[in-house]
Parts: sequence; C-alpha cells; structure tokens
Amino acid sequence: MSDKHDASSVPTTGHVWDDDLGDYINQPPKWWMLGLTVSAIWCVVYWLYYPAFPISNAGYFTKGLGGWTAIGEMEADKSVVDEVRGKFEAKLKDMTPAAILADSELTEYVTRSGKVLFGDNCAACHGTNGVGTHDKQGLFAPILNDDDWLYGGTIDTIYETIKGGRQGMMMAHADMLSEAEIDTLANAVAAGKPTSTPLFAEKGCTACHGEDGKGMQAMGSANLTDSVWRFDSSVEGIKYTIKHGVNAGTPETRVAVMPVFEGGKLSDSEIKKLAVYVYKFGGGQAQ
Amino acid sequence: MNQEVDKKEPGEVTTLYNEFEAWTVNTGGQTIHAKRMPGFFRTFKDRAQLALWLPFFLVPYLRWNGKQAILLDVDHNQFHFFNLTVLPQDIWMLSLVLLVAAMTLFAVTSVASRVWCGYFCFQTAWTDWFTLIEDKIEGNPTARRKLDNAPWSFDKLKKKVLKHAAWMLIALLTGISFSIWFVDAFDYWNKLVHFHLPMVGWVVITMFFFGTYILAGFLREQTCFWLCPYARIQGVMSDNQTILPTYDYTRGEPRGKIRRGGQAVAPQGDCIDCFQCVQVCPTGVDIRNGQQLGCITCGLCIDACDVVMDKINKPRGLIRYASLDELSGMPAKKIYQHPRTLVYLSIILLALSGIVWGLTHMGSITLKVVHERQPLFVQMSDGSIQNKFDFKVLNKTDKDFRVKVTAEGGVKDQVIVGVEHDPMTHHGRGTSFTVFVKAPSANITQDVVPIQFRVSNVEDPDVFAEYTSKFYGPNK
Repeated sequence: MSDKHDASSVPTTGHVWDDDLGDYINQPPKWWMLGLTVSAIWCVVYWLYYPAFPISNAGYFTKGLGGWTAIGEMEADKSVVDEVRGKFEAKLKDMTPAAILADSELTEYVTRSGKVLFGDNCAACHGTNGVGTHDKQGLFAPILNDDDWLYGGTIDTIYETIKGGRQGMMMAHADMLSEAEIDTLANAVAAGKPTSTPLFAEKGCTACHGEDGKGMQAMGSANLTDSVWRFDSSVEGIKYTIKHGVNAGTPETRVAVMPVFEGGKLSDSEIKKLAVYVYKFGGGQAQ
Repeated sequence: MNQEVDKKEPGEVTTLYNEFEAWTVNTGGQTIHAKRMPGFFRTFKDRAQLALWLPFFLVPYLRWNGKQAILLDVDHNQFHFFNLTVLPQDIWMLSLVLLVAAMTLFAVTSVASRVWCGYFCFQTAWTDWFTLIEDKIEGNPTARRKLDNAPWSFDKLKKKVLKHAAWMLIALLTGISFSIWFVDAFDYWNKLVHFHLPMVGWVVITMFFFGTYILAGFLREQTCFWLCPYARIQGVMSDNQTILPTYDYTRGEPRGKIRRGGQAVAPQGDCIDCFQCVQVCPTGVDIRNGQQLGCITCGLCIDACDVVMDKINKPRGLIRYASLDELSGMPAKKIYQHPRTLVYLSIILLALSGIVWGLTHMGSITLKVVHERQPLFVQMSDGSIQNKFDFKVLNKTDKDFRVKVTAEGGVKDQVIVGVEHDPMTHHGRGTSFTVFVKAPSANITQDVVPIQFRVSNVEDPDVFAEYTSKFYGPNK
C-alpha cells in the first residue's frame, strides 16, 4: 500500500556503501502511519476508560470513566458460577444426606464440591482421598475408604460424625493389668481372636468391645476381630494401646480426636456434601 | 527485456535487477475493471461457482426428522449429518476428510493447474458476483473508470450508494449463512431479528460482514496475489505436463497490429495485440507473458481470444488449455506416466477407505476406565482388597439406556461393587460413575493383574464397549 514504487525520485541521505547502496529518506507507508495514530488514540481512550494514573503516594489513582474494577469483574464472574450452583444449593438446604445420596445428579454435584471441601478441611488428618495419615505412633487418623467404621458407616452417622466430632476413649490399663496379662491380651488381639483368652471377659474388655470383641459403634469402640486397625497392629503397638489407652489424659496416651465442624467453618450444606463424598469413598454402608 | 540485460557485463550483480525493472505488479494502486464477455469458460465458471456456493447459502435450512439436516453443533460438540451424529471422539475422521480435500486439490492442480482458484474459490466467486453487481449498476469498465474519475454528483452518489448497499447485503447474508452451519438456522434468524444473538454470534457475523465486504469489494485480486497461501502452493505444483491456459507463442509471435489494405512489413504471428485477453482478466495479468502467479487459470482470456480469432478468420486456440510439453511439440504423456498424480490419488483412496472404515465401525458406546491412584488399593475389614475405578461411558446413540458392568481377568472370586443398579447413561454425552472391585486377599498372587471391563446395554447386550485396566494388590 506504499504510495511510491518508483524509487529513483526518492532523495537519499547521501551515504553510499558498496558503490550503489543508498539510504532513502522515505515516509513510512500510509497504513503504518495510520496504525500508529490509531494506537496512540487507543492509549488515550484506555487511560480515560480504565483506572490508570497514580495521583499521589497515598494510593489515589484515576478511577476511569468505565467504572471497571478488578473486584467487580471477579464478583460478576462469581455470580455466573453461583447461578449455576444456585439451583443445586437450594435443593441441598432442605434435604437429608440420605436423600441427596439417593439422587444421582445431586450426588455427582456434591462429590465434585466435596472433593474441594475435603482437601481444605479433612485431608490434613485423613489424607487425600481418605487414605489416612501416619505419625510415629502409627495411624494418626482413620482410613476412610475401607468398610470398617468406629462409629458407623451409614450416611447418617458419617454426617453426625462430621457435624459433632468424635472423641475416642479407652482407659489406660498399665496400673490395672500385669505385664503378663497385657502380653496375653495383646497376642490374642493381634491374632484377631480376642475372645480366645478368658482374660478378655475377666478384665472387663467386653464392657466396651463387646462379648464377641467386635466393638460397639454407639460408643466408638474398635472391632478387634477384623483386619483393619485404628492404631499400630503389631503386638508391641497393641500393648502400648492397652497400657496407655486413648485420650486417657496422660502424656503417653494415644490421641484420637475428630473436631466439631458444626457451627464453625462449615455450613450445614457443606457438611452434607462431605458426608456424601466420604460415603462414596468405597466403605459407605446401607442404612 | 533481454536486450536490457545484455547491455550489462554478465556476472555483474546489478544485471539481476534489470529484469525486475520490466516486472510490473499492480499492488492495488489501480483497480482492475475486467470486461465481462460471454463464452464457454464464462458459462462454466458461472455454473461451477454457483454449484459449489449456492448450497452454502441454502443447505442449512434443510430439515431432517425435525432437526437441521447438517449441523456442526459447536455448543454441544456434535456434528449432525442426516441420521449420523459424530461426537468429538470420532473427529479423527475429519482430519481424513481434510486430507482428501487437500489431496484432491493437489491432484487436480497437478493435472489441470489452478482449477480451484479459477472456478470454485470463494474469493473468485464472491469477487465475480461483486463485480457483476458493479457492472449492472455502474456500467461497463470504460463507464466505471469514467465514473470513478468524475466529480461527485447526485448520479454518482446514487450509483455508489446502490452498489455498496448491494455488496453489504451479500456480505451480511454471507455472515448469516456461515453462522447457521453451526447453530439452528431458524432459531438463529429468530434471535437475529430480535437482536438476541449471543456475543460470539455478533462477533462472527461482524467479522464475516467486513471480511466479505473488504475482500470481495476492495482487495479482490490482491488477495490472490498477497494474502492467499494456496495461490503460491498451487503455483509450484504445475509442471510441464500440467495443462493450463497458455498463450501459444510459436503461433502468436511476432505479435503486431493487423494492417488493413497494406502488406505486412515483416512476417507476423496470429496475435494482433488487441489486449482483449488482458481486458477480460479478473486479476489484470497478461497471459502472453506465460504462466504467472497472478493467473488464476479461469480461462476467460481463452473466450476473449477465440472471439477475436473468429473475427480475423484465424483458427481458435491461440490461447488455450495446453501443457508446456504440448507447446514445445513433445508428445503428451498419459496420466499413468505422471507418478506424482498417482501418489496423490493413492493417498486419496487410503484416506477415503479410512473414512468408510471409521463410519462403519463407529461404535455406539465407548468406555474409559481410570484406576484410582491414591490409594491404589484398600484393605477391607474382612481382609479382602478393594480397588476403585472411575468409569466414563459415552453413549453415542440417541436413546438413554442402562448399562451392565462385567469384568474378565483380574482376581479369582472378585466381586464388582457399586453398580448393582445398572447405571443410566444419557444419550449424546458422557456419564461417569465409580466401580469398586473387591477380591479375597488369599487369591491375589501378583501385585498387578490386568482386568478387562465391559459395559453393555442392558436391553441389547450386543451394544458394548471394553476397556482393559489393572487390579492392584499388596506386594507379595
């Protein structure tokens, strides 16, 4: 689009290299000048329309004629997301966790947001995807994707657990039982047959763990006959648990505390979402 | 030109540039006003471009079973072609379609030069229609040039406004017609007349409006010269055996004005230098300079020259479709002696058979299984090992149906948990669900064993898809 194609009439700077190479004094092409001008005008419009110039060191700046703010744009984007979520969230409010679980569309929705909630609130202790975490005493927080539940694996009990938290409790038996008795009991428990020793009933273990040793979910006592372990599963580990108990108030005792989430960081809908999400890990049990 | 070159000492660098002095290129400084002349190629071109592009305007309105017959539904990632629905998973066939298109272009170009450019290309077609309108409103090329140079008057204004309005109307219709290939045509019109199009709709229609108006109204042959890559690609595809509109220089030269009543001073060729071939050329090139970049091989110069040859009682075909071999008196080769074309044809055949295979083997259901990576497996209270799998089932039929999940391989006595209710899959989209496989610990002999899943339509077990994943257990 340059206007001149006949170069002979264009004046040169007068410098000549290699016999015939000159340097033209030539206007840039029209389209290029046009582009430059339009860009310059665009800059001015941009300055005026958007927040641009700092005015003082105190943080004042021109606000722009368009009224654009970054936070406003974020809010607008968020309202779009909220609109999509809104119809689901409205339903969740009045539904029980069990009803949510029965609705496949809602289940898909809550497991998606549940994943985020779980990562933010639960994974610190229970691990990503509920694989459990370990400290030097063994398992620190229970694995959530197996089918063994201290307090019950129905959707309603999971919901209750998250809502109200849980406190494990087991007396320290170091002073009540002799070393030999502890050894016998620990070996029987490690073999998965706690009732094989008469000590189990005689020393009152059945009071909490039941006569068959399968635990009582109402009080959160562990099932001692299955292959899932709350703490260390070695004989030494079991002995330690019997001696020092759980949450027994001594410095040596094992710790098992699930915090209360109701009324705190999480809303009721969020707790419902988490209940369904945890239920779907693979260990959820029918009512 | 050659004499110019000869003036300089051979070997001097500057001699190279002398040729360029004679090489004039119209870079848009001068508007090409081509004369419209009836003839065989004019008719052929008219019909060819209409045959290809009229469907572009009309086909989207075609209905089939209450839906748009051909719809590239970008909103829902589906391509509807009458009864056929193609989902993104099968889009590899599109690459084969494009391959066929490219190879057809190459093959045709190697046999008969730029057939696409001359008779079919949208740039050629739209420019031709735009200049037809110009011709109807402003008159023939001479009148048009006169009008352009005339001072502004009411008559000039009227003609110009009318012309640009007609151009804009076509440009607008082009934008609309393009859009309705991608969304429902009638719905689009409804939204358009109520100004309810979504943002992207306005952007597309605006782009196409200005694109058409500027490219066909103003840039015209400049597009072929400077913008279009295919012009360049195709230009290098012709060889000595390619037939293309060629000036028969052996017959035509030396050219010269016909002299009435007098004797020609020197022996004269058939070309009477009447410039009719240049005047009808839509890109304004002189075909007598040989095949060149600007020539879109539309054959209009052949029509023009034939008329002149008839008038001066000379045989037709001074400009004709001929290969360079033919002009230099070499025997014409048969198509099978042209290996390049054969290669193109075989690629076309391969790609076509790929498309046919794809269309006939397009399953109506696909399955993807992703094994949960954290944890790889879980020990259950009874000591068994459980693995978690995420299933993604794509139902490509037009009906919702339930699927049954079964597995082969894996571990002895394994149980599939979580899909006892036979999950519902929704037509035209993916459905995901979780499947657990639980196996007795005693039967697990390896830490990883392959397991082949199958999902099948509950009502029609012949509709199924399989996927091989792995079952993980503890290290033994």
